[in-house]
Amino acid sequence: MNVPASWYLILAAVLFGIGLFGLLTRRSALTMFMCLELLLNAVNLTFVTFARTLSDIGGQVNVFFVMVVAAAEVTVGLGIVVTIFRNRSSTSVDGLTELQG
Amino acid sequence: MAHLATLLLILPLVGFIAILINGTSWNEKVIGYVATGAVSLSFVASVIVFFQLTSSNSREVTVNLFSWISVGSLKVPAALLVDPLSITMCLFVTGISALIHLYSTAYMHGEKDYRKFFLYLNLFVFSMLVLVLANNLVLTFVGWEGVGVCSYWLVSFYFDRETAASAGKKAFIYNRVGDLGLLIAMFLIFSHEHTLTYVGVFMGANVLSPTIALLIVLALLLAAAGKSAQIPLFNWLPDAMEGPTPVSALIHAATMVTAGVYLLVRMSPVLALSTTGRDVIAVIGGLTAFSAATIATSQKDIKKVLAFSTVSQIGYMVLAVGVGAYSAAIFLMISHAFFKALLFLGSGSVIHALNGEQELRRMGGLQKYLPLTFPTFLIGWLTISGIPPFAGFWSKGDVLNSVYSHNKLLWVLGLGTAVLTAYYMTRLFVLTFRGSERFREATNGLDPHESPWVMTMPLVVLAGLSVLGGIINLPWIHQGSLAGFLSSTFGYVAPSAALSSVTQWGLGLVDFVAALLGLVAAFSIWKDKSSDSRFEKEFLEKVWHWDSAYDTVIGRPLTRSAQFAGSFIEPKIIDGAVNGVGRVVKNSGEGASKIQSGFLRHYALAMILSISVIVIYLVSRVG
Amino acid sequence: MVAMTYSIPSMLVFLTSAILVVVGAIGVISFRNPVHSALSLIVTLFGVAVAFIAQSADFLAAMQIIVYAGAIVVLIIFVIMFLGVDRKEDTSVEPFVGQRPFALAGVTITIAGIIYLMASSHFTTGAMSVSSGGAQLATGQANVHQLGTSIFTTYLFSFEATAALLMIAVIGAVVLARRENAQVATEGDVE
Repeated sequence: MNVPASWYLILAAVLFGIGLFGLLTRRSALTMFMCLELLLNAVNLTFVTFARTLSDIGGQVNVFFVMVVAAAEVTVGLGIVVTIFRNRSSTSVDGLTELQG
Repeated sequence: MAHLATLLLILPLVGFIAILINGTSWNEKVIGYVATGAVSLSFVASVIVFFQLTSSNSREVTVNLFSWISVGSLKVPAALLVDPLSITMCLFVTGISALIHLYSTAYMHGEKDYRKFFLYLNLFVFSMLVLVLANNLVLTFVGWEGVGVCSYWLVSFYFDRETAASAGKKAFIYNRVGDLGLLIAMFLIFSHEHTLTYVGVFMGANVLSPTIALLIVLALLLAAAGKSAQIPLFNWLPDAMEGPTPVSALIHAATMVTAGVYLLVRMSPVLALSTTGRDVIAVIGGLTAFSAATIATSQKDIKKVLAFSTVSQIGYMVLAVGVGAYSAAIFLMISHAFFKALLFLGSGSVIHALNGEQELRRMGGLQKYLPLTFPTFLIGWLTISGIPPFAGFWSKGDVLNSVYSHNKLLWVLGLGTAVLTAYYMTRLFVLTFRGSERFREATNGLDPHESPWVMTMPLVVLAGLSVLGGIINLPWIHQGSLAGFLSSTFGYVAPSAALSSVTQWGLGLVDFVAALLGLVAAFSIWKDKSSDSRFEKEFLEKVWHWDSAYDTVIGRPLTRSAQFAGSFIEPKIIDGAVNGVGRVVKNSGEGASKIQSGFLRHYALAMILSISVIVIYLVSRVG
Repeated sequence: MVAMTYSIPSMLVFLTSAILVVVGAIGVISFRNPVHSALSLIVTLFGVAVAFIAQSADFLAAMQIIVYAGAIVVLIIFVIMFLGVDRKEDTSVEPFVGQRPFALAGVTITIAGIIYLMASSHFTTGAMSVSSGGAQLATGQANVHQLGTSIFTTYLFSFEATAALLMIAVIGAVVLARRENAQVATEGDVE
């Protein structure tokens, strides 16, 4: 018998939690991006686990699309990061308070 | 008959609308013809309806025009009630209005607002007819308000004169206070009887308890006091003399001021339920008659004397109503309409001849210059003073006889008023027509000229009516008299009918002597001077300081409280509350905006915490 | 022990992937130098790839390495170097009061709740194992074949949409990162 799917799901949940904590706690924009990738990977893991559990290839197709979108998102996101932080010395997101009030 | 009654009502309205639409393109003559013609045709119609009514079997005919208000239990039709009382009122209202319209075509000649005058006059006649012919209280109220507003317009006809404008306002405001009385009476009646038509109210009047009946009667008295210028709401009538003289003749002598008396007479079955109420009415009437007569003795303006005389005579009518002599009140109303209109129109003729002079000190000796005005005015003077065989003697005698059999004290008051009436009217007559000629300054040295026939013809007609008017209710004729005609409307027999004929002749003699007393006194005092401070007391001239009393007690406190409201309540409390709401919203908004810290991680934390709340909720649901 | 009912190899594979994933994740959030974080990310991604293979998602595992570890992380490191922020940042002081405790509490509650919800529904009984339900996936056609068939037939529209999305992303990135000076220079040349 293979390891039950629930273990992988718990692993994915824990990975998601760690990524969430990192997203809330770190200040640098690029580190926050990497935590985002953690979140996405946790989701991918969940999808693949369910694809196995329910015998539906749709789960893996979804992971495929998530990866594509993640790639596009990183592209545009890093472009934004570059534009914003070009003229500043640090990448701390605490400096972006223009939407205050 | 129903169609004629509707026609009688509608004709002045048609005149009004015709002049309203086309008046700017018509010249004076056409406007005058249309207006006078409308009212004259209305008079002809009312004569025909009168004869139809007398020859028909039923004594009251209801003409339903259309169903007006029908909400729940409140059913108010727009309907006319043609019965002896209303047709009598219609006859003299339309008749005298027609004469005054004719008179005005010449009197108002050359005025730039000629069209507006006849517009308002026709509308006034229409409103008065609505008031008189209505078969329910609400429609009467419509007419009531209509005559009030037309009176306001006509009194402030020369609106660029400040005294005229404020006189119009005063008239309207005093009327309004009286209207409150009519409204309260309507509310009380409806809440207890659930109907407002006269027939319905009278049939179900038994359900009214004595206190409620008293309240209703007092409320009606307030309404009558406002409209008919009795104590405590009479101050507007002398000021209303700012209007043109035909207006004073029509509205403030013959028609509108009688509306209050008409209302009380119409509501006689309700009045019958409360003796206290009737006593209050009688006392008010008597006091008004007496005090107004005293004030009239000291007035220096010809129209003001006549105005206070009107107040006094209507006081007589109210007194008659109070003692239950309704047909006597109506008789006096009719004859008063004749001679007061005659006196006012005559004074208008005098004023016209003297190019607008109204002060008695600057008249005198006009006897030989005004060959038609003088004799007609003489007849009017004799009538109002109560000299037999003119109409005034019979009508005032009727009232005084009824008062005598009810309350001797009020009779003495009435008699004293009769003496004063003869006195001040004689003073007026002597100062205007006899004595030395003091008018040369007003006419720039020229001789005054008589008025054109259009103005003197109504004077002649009215004089004839004053002479012959007594016929309609001579005390020894019962069958075809006014009282007999009206008896089907009033379920009440006049007390004077119970007096023996000896007493009646005796009282008649007393009235005559009283009149002669006043006459002789005035002649002796005034025949060769134009002013005398012994007999023109300032207290009387200033209306017993009534106007200044109202100003101090009511006017100034109200002004002060209005100023207080405007300077304190309005900016601080009301504006403060409204602005306060705004300020609260603004401050809470500013406080809430601090949540938007601009920090990304705050927002993210908020999201996670919200998600954890949702998760907790879901977990609890599973459990 | 429950573990005895499961085969050793599968457990070992799970353990490997779990260790790699968790260690890498903790590394990502702990290292102060962003380059170190990026390298930890690669470790995590490898762990996830192992997990993919264990779940018979071979093509995805390969894609994970190539796209994620090979392209995205490289891109991130590229930007780190480009902006010059490859030095240590000071993570000892948290300027927001209570951010860390609240974040910990929120995350813990969320994850615990999710796990509990998963446990109380019937999806996680593990009844369907690879041998029975997963037969299609494990012993049927090759994973790539299956994946390709479904992408190009059932999910064709989404596939085309992602293609468009990629193009938009590329154009967007180019527009975003362009410097304004270049525009001024060309105008000067024309005159």
